[in-house]
Amino acid sequence: MAETMRRNFDVLVVGAGPAGLAAATSAARVGAKVGVVDDNPAVGGQIWRGEVSKATSDASNWAAKLHSLGVEVICGAQIVHHDIASRVLFAETRFALLEIRFSKLILATGARERLLPFPGWTLPNVMAAGGLQAMVKSGLPISGKRVVVAGSGPLLLAVAAYLRAHGAKVLAICEQASWNSLASFASGLLSHPGKLRQALILQRQLLGIPFWTNSWPVRALGREALERIIISRNGTQREISCDYLACGFHLVPNVELASLLGCALEGGCVRVDDAQQTSVAGVFCAGEPTGIGGLELALIEGQIAGIAAAGKSERLRELRGRRRKAQQFARRLEKAFKLRPELKTLPDSGTIVCRCEDVTHARLARHSSWRDAKNQTRCGMGPCQGRICGPATQFLFDWDPGSVRPPLFPTRVESLASVSYIAPAEHSQLTGERQ
Amino acid sequence: MPDQVQLRVDGKAVTVPAGATVAVAVALAAGFCRRSITGEPRGPVCGMGICFECRVMINGEPHCRSCQILAEANMDVRTNG
Ligand SMILES: Cc1cc2nc3c(=O)[nH]c(=O)nc-3n(C[C@H](O)[C@H](O)[C@H](O)COP(=O)(O)OP(=O)(O)OC[C@H]3O[C@@H](n4cnc5c(N)ncnc54)[C@H](O)[C@@H]3O)c2cc1C
Ligand code: FES
Repeated sequence: MAETMRRNFDVLVVGAGPAGLAAATSAARVGAKVGVVDDNPAVGGQIWRGEVSKATSDASNWAAKLHSLGVEVICGAQIVHHDIASRVLFAETRFALLEIRFSKLILATGARERLLPFPGWTLPNVMAAGGLQAMVKSGLPISGKRVVVAGSGPLLLAVAAYLRAHGAKVLAICEQASWNSLASFASGLLSHPGKLRQALILQRQLLGIPFWTNSWPVRALGREALERIIISRNGTQREISCDYLACGFHLVPNVELASLLGCALEGGCVRVDDAQQTSVAGVFCAGEPTGIGGLELALIEGQIAGIAAAGKSERLRELRGRRRKAQQFARRLEKAFKLRPELKTLPDSGTIVCRCEDVTHARLARHSSWRDAKNQTRCGMGPCQGRICGPATQFLFDWDPGSVRPPLFPTRVESLASVSYIAPAEHSQLTGERQ
Repeated sequence: MPDQVQLRVDGKAVTVPAGATVAVAVALAAGFCRRSITGEPRGPVCGMGICFECRVMINGEPHCRSCQILAEANMDVRTNG
């Protein structure tokens, strides 16, 4: 049986991305005993993945700050279950179960990419855009490899610049949005000087890489792995040979944990008040789960949540002003990269939509709701628990994602057996989710 | 800490930089991580622990997400696990 470790904090932060790091340091600085839990092997979240070991990086600066403030950081641990009424979360590592008690909780669980199915998208080396970047940050050699970056959103540019800087031949960036909507987004940057500066730096880094609007992948081809892709650009198709396709359609907030704890959602995001507190008293939320807003907003929201969770109020006024401004940018982002309806017609009848259970588009199209499709086809019942196919079917069929049930991630039998808070009747259902 | 780590993927020795994930070792040695229930080859997709396409067996433990686990010396990794 897995060993059980117990911890107790004034403020527990879930997620060690920018929002979680800002929250933890802000709460610790005003005297709270703080703990941070993250699934990743190191702190930094998505944007600063793999940078903590570098001497002078944002991630290593934050890690040093956490250390000097006495914050306990637990990496490689996923929150899988809870007893929110008793203020306890359960996390699982590869070797142990953690029972973590807290007075206040801050959820900073970030976002993931929206992946949309098209024929061939399940071939090895067709990856999420940030997914390929994450693999390179984790040591995958990319030098000399031919990469097409596709999908939607500013992440495509960041990924293309990163891959190029590491030696990849980026053949093209294919953005589904139209030139017009991007142009009005770009002109809006004038009122956000920081963002404008970043955009100009990116532009320089991307010099010479074709940037195509009105463009998206329609088919990936290859035998055991990707060999070629077909791109539709302004209605004309062309074939490109490549080693990787890095493809993601903007981001979706990770609201599963918040939802499991009973926090109210609004428009797919966690609803928070002026102090970043959710509808559940004592549970705060910061960063992408409250709405996709990027790094700056994540840092501001994290600070507000940290200070408020520690029961203080200094600096909140100033931070709220900055938050309002950053939120305006987030709204522009959403509008500019809205998905076009043509993308709904990309999968053909045989295209797999649910990758865990290999459920095809034709089998799903017969059903009228996510719930119905789940019961009849096992779509969304595999180990990813609908994290990939949920947002896809929401876009393709307008299905509502429905409620989240524990455990949050597939979990080991023995660790759940040692959790006294779970009724025995739930066990078979829990472990049945495990492939 | 040594700057290289050697491990085995399906019995084949592979060397990766220290700090690399098991997914990287599998990509270099095997090209894919698992077969889907209809037999398709699958490799990492999200790179962040969410899609579960990168599952392998590590030291006899099945269903490990190779993108979230750092490679360690002498690890025994099996694809399709
Ligand atoms: C794959 C990817 C790559 C990106 N790359 C860039 C980039 O290069 N440049 C850029 O400007 N922006 C990038 N972004 C956007 C960037 O993530 C945001 O702008 C911002 O950094 C979000 O900060 P955050 O703290 O809200 O979330 P994140 O940085 O996503 O951090 C959330 C953390 O919570 C953890 N977590 C979630 N659920 C659980 C759980 N149940 N148990 C334990 N831990 C959990 C995750 O492991 C993660 O570390 C990327 C986004 C994604 C999804
Ligand atoms: S690549 Fe998605 S979980 Fe590892």
